[in-house]
Amino acid sequence: MNSAVIVFPGSNCDRDLATALELVTGRKPAMVWHRDSELPDGTDFIGLPGGFSYGDYLRSGAMAARSPIMRAVKDAAGRGVPVIGICNGFQVLTETGLLPGALMRNAGISFVCRPVPLKVENSQTLFTAQYDAGEVVTFPVAHHDGNFQADSATLDRLEGEGRVAFRYQDEVNGSARNIAGILNDAGNVLGLMPHPERAVEPAHGGMDGRRLFEGLLETIAA
Amino acid sequence: MKARVFVTLKAGVLDPQGKAIHHALEGLGFSGVNDVRAGKLIELDLAESTSESDVEEMCRKLLANTVIENFRIERMETA
Repeated sequence: MNSAVIVFPGSNCDRDLATALELVTGRKPAMVWHRDSELPDGTDFIGLPGGFSYGDYLRSGAMAARSPIMRAVKDAAGRGVPVIGICNGFQVLTETGLLPGALMRNAGISFVCRPVPLKVENSQTLFTAQYDAGEVVTFPVAHHDGNFQADSATLDRLEGEGRVAFRYQDEVNGSARNIAGILNDAGNVLGLMPHPERAVEPAHGGMDGRRLFEGLLETIAA
Repeated sequence: MKARVFVTLKAGVLDPQGKAIHHALEGLGFSGVNDVRAGKLIELDLAESTSESDVEEMCRKLLANTVIENFRIERMETA
């Protein structure tokens, strides 16, 4: 599996994501700078990492979403290449329109930073194939703008089409319907606020995130 | 020429920052505050040839997230 991790100015979870990917796939991902216009040949998985791209200026992920590399990422996503957007990466995906809705300031105002239980709502996706339907896993969250909002027609469509991938099991940030992660129409783009890459080795205090990457590897390497 | 863009949350969108400001004002003793919503002002210093539709495009493409925000443009004619 040839992964690419996009690095924006202010990204700070790119190395965690790269470490997790190398751990699971055995291959170092390419770290791709936002000003590049092309992805490496043969890229079969793209990660948009967490952090504070552009300092969250204007809106979280707004300016990163307009970076030169995002044209290539959108094209690849359109061709079915799996893409994951974690935290700031999820914000970037909604700002590009690859995913619907928007991530707003947490309803409780505070920055939330703790492990949270999540229910795997759809275990038939290429990201969640190694989880059981309805399984509750724990990933850490660390965000100020994680409040997922969309109009009710969009929310109904997401629910109805099985595009809610993960749901918070308690009140975290005021997200509509407690939605923690969603998929695009085609099912190859996942955006989620929690950090699976921070739950892949024993030192993390939990390894529930590992199976997300193992599931991807199994599908892509097949 | 100069333009000012006001970006505000759409009505009905929860504004926790506005609420926090509201509580802080009340804490300072201002009793007549019914509601507070906070937005952004972006000031643009533009070439004279910039059209209204150029500025609107800037708003739609970057300055406002039209999923959750509205924008209003004020053109200021320079003397």
